[in-house]
Amino acid sequence: MIDLARIRNFSIIAHIDHGKSTLADRLIQHCGGLTAREMHAQVLDSMDIERERGITIKAQTVRLVYPAADGETYYLNLIDTPGHVDFSYEVSRSLAACEGSLLVVDATQGVEAQTLANVYQAIENDHEIIPVLNKIDLPAAEPEQIQAQIEDVIGLDASDALMISAKTGLGIPEVLEALVTRLPPPRSGDANAPLQALLVDSWYDQYLGVIVLIRVMNGVLRKGMRMRMMQNGAAYDVEDVGVFSPKRLATGELGPGEIGWVSAAVKSVADTNVGDTITDDRKPASEALAGFKPNLPVVFCGLFPVDAADFEHLRDSLAKLRLNDASFEFEPESSPALGYGFRCGFLGLLHLEIIQERLDREFDIDLIATAPSVVYRMYMTDGSKMEMHNPSDMPDVSRIQMIEEPWIEATIMLPDEHLGGVLKLCEERRGIQQELTYAGNRAMLIYKLPLNEIVFDFYDRLKSISRGYASFDYHIVGYEEGHLVKLSILVNAEPVDALSIIVHRSQAEYRGRMLCSRLKDLIPRQLFKIPIQAAIGAKVIARETISAMRKDVTAKCYGGDITRKKKLLEKQKAGKKKMRQFGNVEIPQSAFIAALKMGDD
Amino acid sequence: MSPKEPLSIYLHWPFCGAKCPYCDFNSHVRLSIDESRWVAALLRALTYWHEQTADREIVTIFWGGGTPSLLEPASVAMILDHIAKLWSVAPDCEITLEANPTTHEAARFADFRKVGINRLSLGVQSFEQPALDFLGRTYKVADAERALDHIASTFPRYSFDLIYALPSHDLAQWKPQLDYALTYVGEHLSLYQLTFEPGTRFYQALQTGRMTALDDETAADMFEYTVGRLVEKGLAQYEISNFASPGAEARHNMVYWQGGDWIGVGPGAHGRVGRGAERQAISNIRSPEKWLSSAETAGFGVETCEPVNLNEVAEELVLTGLRLSTGLDKATFERVSEQNIDQALDPGKRHTLIDAGLAWETPNGFGLNPDGLMLLDANIQFLLT
Repeated sequence: MIDLARIRNFSIIAHIDHGKSTLADRLIQHCGGLTAREMHAQVLDSMDIERERGITIKAQTVRLVYPAADGETYYLNLIDTPGHVDFSYEVSRSLAACEGSLLVVDATQGVEAQTLANVYQAIENDHEIIPVLNKIDLPAAEPEQIQAQIEDVIGLDASDALMISAKTGLGIPEVLEALVTRLPPPRSGDANAPLQALLVDSWYDQYLGVIVLIRVMNGVLRKGMRMRMMQNGAAYDVEDVGVFSPKRLATGELGPGEIGWVSAAVKSVADTNVGDTITDDRKPASEALAGFKPNLPVVFCGLFPVDAADFEHLRDSLAKLRLNDASFEFEPESSPALGYGFRCGFLGLLHLEIIQERLDREFDIDLIATAPSVVYRMYMTDGSKMEMHNPSDMPDVSRIQMIEEPWIEATIMLPDEHLGGVLKLCEERRGIQQELTYAGNRAMLIYKLPLNEIVFDFYDRLKSISRGYASFDYHIVGYEEGHLVKLSILVNAEPVDALSIIVHRSQAEYRGRMLCSRLKDLIPRQLFKIPIQAAIGAKVIARETISAMRKDVTAKCYGGDITRKKKLLEKQKAGKKKMRQFGNVEIPQSAFIAALKMGDD
Repeated sequence: MSPKEPLSIYLHWPFCGAKCPYCDFNSHVRLSIDESRWVAALLRALTYWHEQTADREIVTIFWGGGTPSLLEPASVAMILDHIAKLWSVAPDCEITLEANPTTHEAARFADFRKVGINRLSLGVQSFEQPALDFLGRTYKVADAERALDHIASTFPRYSFDLIYALPSHDLAQWKPQLDYALTYVGEHLSLYQLTFEPGTRFYQALQTGRMTALDDETAADMFEYTVGRLVEKGLAQYEISNFASPGAEARHNMVYWQGGDWIGVGPGAHGRVGRGAERQAISNIRSPEKWLSSAETAGFGVETCEPVNLNEVAEELVLTGLRLSTGLDKATFERVSEQNIDQALDPGKRHTLIDAGLAWETPNGFGLNPDGLMLLDANIQFLLT
């Protein structure tokens, strides 16, 4: 059993690109966890997407064995946390398993919005926080100003911040020493008490089945014992336990204060509830540890295979992804314009994008995603209440008494030269300013905004207005009544369900005009003229017309050409599968796909 | 004795003096051609086809290419004589030869007439020298004018072709050109808008961006104007690109468009013979050399000869019949395809087109209006897919 005084559990809080994964790599390397041959960049990010985008999605852990200056050997457990707002839930549970954090800030960039949110979570979890300024070797580094900013914005003493360069290895020994001297060991844990281990995360390994990541609070988890999930009472034989070096290393047991993995005959990730307490089936603890509140999807969209033949494949692939990511939901949906697909719920837009990209990359499915929607609460005239995830489920307006939409509190940090544009964007999106403060030449904005304005295109607009310098974070603050309407798009007088959206009445004309003119450019001219309309109920608020084509004729057709014309006809018949009927016109599905894929210009 | 079933013959001469950059026909340039060997092979192939169609009467013969006017008149005579020996030939049989207006060919026009050609179709293409050069034609405008004067006085019936809607064209430029062309018109005229066919040099140029096709709006304006102007002159648009005074339509081409029977002889030639489930599609080997050696041995140059299923018979009738201003004749449709028109063309779709002003229907026929003809391909796709 490892002495509690020799254990330090910590996580790293950093904005994307501020150097978290590189720092983790250096720490692993310094402690000899991997040989030079095994070392590759961002070893903790095991998914391709994580490495490419420089983000961490699943919590990963590593145990560093560090001989400190005091002559003792310390066991430093790092839980790497996701840096993105969509995964703040994962962040919170990683933080709950540790006693301290390294706050990594890019010395050339300063504090960003996500860092802020995560550091507040760490403070709430009673973490000891060590500020670390990274990229100190770059000419653009402004350590003094960033130190001042940390103190002004976060309110954290940064006078003894560590100055490092994860890239060159500068200051890495000091980081390790600070982890030992400045972070506290785990709070008292009793090895003889009944087992209480916090279930931090779980994932599916194709060779070992479900792997559970735990933090032991009290008692000892041993290979061979029978463990019990306190929430549902299910019990499993522990096949093995161990730690990550970052390679999976069997240790046979994990004692108080330790972080490591357990493999048992658990069939599905869905059987392991994150935040649950694992105890000894024979000598159960009387109380469970404080868990986490459940994680609910807030953004919904339809995912359809471009090729209808991929439907089954899509279903299987979604099921496989869900094995590892219980935070997203899916259920079958059918659309006249797009065929059969699924309505899926996500933690946020990045989560949506990641799932989409994984489907494309790991499962090779070409996808169409409908416009993202949020969850609306409908209060009906008959007194009932319902939630709406899909604009096509909108009941008849006469039955609705009131609709509520989710609002968020957004924190935006940006260089002040872009402030004007960002303020304008927030106002356009129905935002209500809460706070505007400066630290040096950086501004911090706090706005209340409706989430549906955010899922539309807020990120993209914010990025382009601030030339990529603004960072953004949000949390949902509650539901409020809004004048919301269903905007339908009609092609040849028939509604295209996949394009209908719920919008605030004040935005309806603008969005309707945009969708109509976009479709006008995308739908090829036909034999007949095609009206394209945007409507709220029966009221048309925007309209475009695709005029009928005038000429489409083969100039010559004699004896030998008939065979060729017939081949063309066969091709057209085969292409019909990709056409959708709207009254007497057929419109290629590709036009709708393009309409959905296009950004808002 | 009941009257003999009619049959038409298409003869393909696959050689040209030069390959035109827009042409996707089965045409080839060869340094020397053993014409007597070719004539012998054609005679042999005709004899073979006669065995399959002995009880027919030949109603039209069409010599296309390639450039069949490069043939020696004596060769033409031998082939026509051979046909007349094998089959009975209708007294009013239309015998057309395609010709180019080069001086070399024009010198033979009188001889072609003497050996039995009674209709000449001259590939003039343009009365503008830059357009002729653009189209890769090797003669001058003056040659074409002379040739036209010549055939007008030599052949009882003649026609000529023009290609318009070139990338540089517009309506204002086309109007005087068309009027000038009308001064040479007899009873028949073919006016083709330039198309870019795969496998041609122009198509390559289009694909690689070196050439741009005329925009559809301008082309549509020119098409509309052309049809209107010719009607004023008494030449009706009886097919998309063909205009004639009453009764002067190209009877041979009407056979293609109305589901008649014809045999194709020569490299790459196609044929259709028989009704309903009996209808056969014939195709010849495309390569001239391979066709020749096959025709000289037991193969007769045939590549495939296979039955056309009833649905395809109906589709072919629609594909070709709707090109005509007279549309589909319901009785002919039923006779050739052995099915009712409602089985092949959804009545609801027909009504949609009629409501949109693109088509017409009578108890006897169904066809497209002038606006509908300009949208033929889209109409066919709408009706048949």
